Amino acid sequence: MKRLLALLLLALPASAQDRRSGFEDMARETQAMQRDDMQNPGMLWVAEGEDRFNRDCTACHSEASMRGVAARYPAWDEATGAPIDLAGRISACVERHQRVAPPARESQPLLALTAYVAHQSRGLPISRPSDPRLAPALEQGRALYGERRGQLDLSCVQCHDDNAGRRLAGSTIPQAHPTGYPLYRLEWQGVGSLQRRLRGCMTGVRSEPFAYGAAEYVALELFLNDRAAGMLLETPAVRP
Amino acid sequence: MARVLINVPRSARRGDVITIRTLIQHTMETGYRPNAQGDVMPRDIIRRFTCTYDGAVVFSAELSPAIAANPFLSFTTVATSSGTVTMTWEGDNGFAQTETRAIEVT
Repeated sequence: MKRLLALLLLALPASAQDRRSGFEDMARETQAMQRDDMQNPGMLWVAEGEDRFNRDCTACHSEASMRGVAARYPAWDEATGAPIDLAGRISACVERHQRVAPPARESQPLLALTAYVAHQSRGLPISRPSDPRLAPALEQGRALYGERRGQLDLSCVQCHDDNAGRRLAGSTIPQAHPTGYPLYRLEWQGVGSLQRRLRGCMTGVRSEPFAYGAAEYVALELFLNDRAAGMLLETPAVRP
Repeated sequence: MARVLINVPRSARRGDVITIRTLIQHTMETGYRPNAQGDVMPRDIIRRFTCTYDGAVVFSAELSPAIAANPFLSFTTVATSSGTVTMTWEGDNGFAQTETRAIEVT
């Protein structure tokens, strides 16, 4: 039994044994910015999301009921019969139950609401996607993560598993654990979603990015959450 | 109205050095960046921040296009008497916002 366990551990990629959030690779000043809610500009989005939530959502939901929600998304959506991420779930809720046009992806209202809901799960561990119906999407995400893309012909694995911790130009290559989304990125000068971040990597290797909300992004997100299961959520994180 | 986060101590002892911290949501568009169509976007920044305590200016700052979005300002003053701390941001396109916080000095 012990030998089997040791073999299993050896079979795991290095990142699965020694995982670190991008937080640990940041400059001390940027870490201080994230730690202090007064300095963290992401809290401006959370505050806006709180106002929107209290105005539009409290007929069905309460603040307490939102705790832990972000830790278990993407989840299975019964209505569409497909996996759905947190931002998609929020816009679907607006469309189905409030009967108004849903907010666009990456729009300020949707980012604010998503940041607020995800903030309620800060400090909670990301749960491993356990719904068996998610398995095909999880496998698709795993395949996408390992697939070489674009003119540079690079896959996610080559940077974020094989060379994580080393440097790409001036920056440390993170292990790509989505622990703090939506997050405030200094480069963006604003809050953005994980899909925006994935898009950045895709255009970086000069491949055609998927459209916002595409099933491929949700599959990737699902795989990344599986990979980061057990790590603590930091929303709203700050990243350089 | 831009969203702000302000931290002014509710109470302090006379003579104490107090720290005031402000964070305001603002794009701080530099006036040098092109948009997706290639046109240079006009400058839109906060130009001046002033903080008055009981009517007297205790801190002010001139902001420039090099300052990042959502500027965070932190400064100290001495608690002299109970009163209001008034913070004003003024900028391009008629941007003006004033926030007040009460402080009790014992």
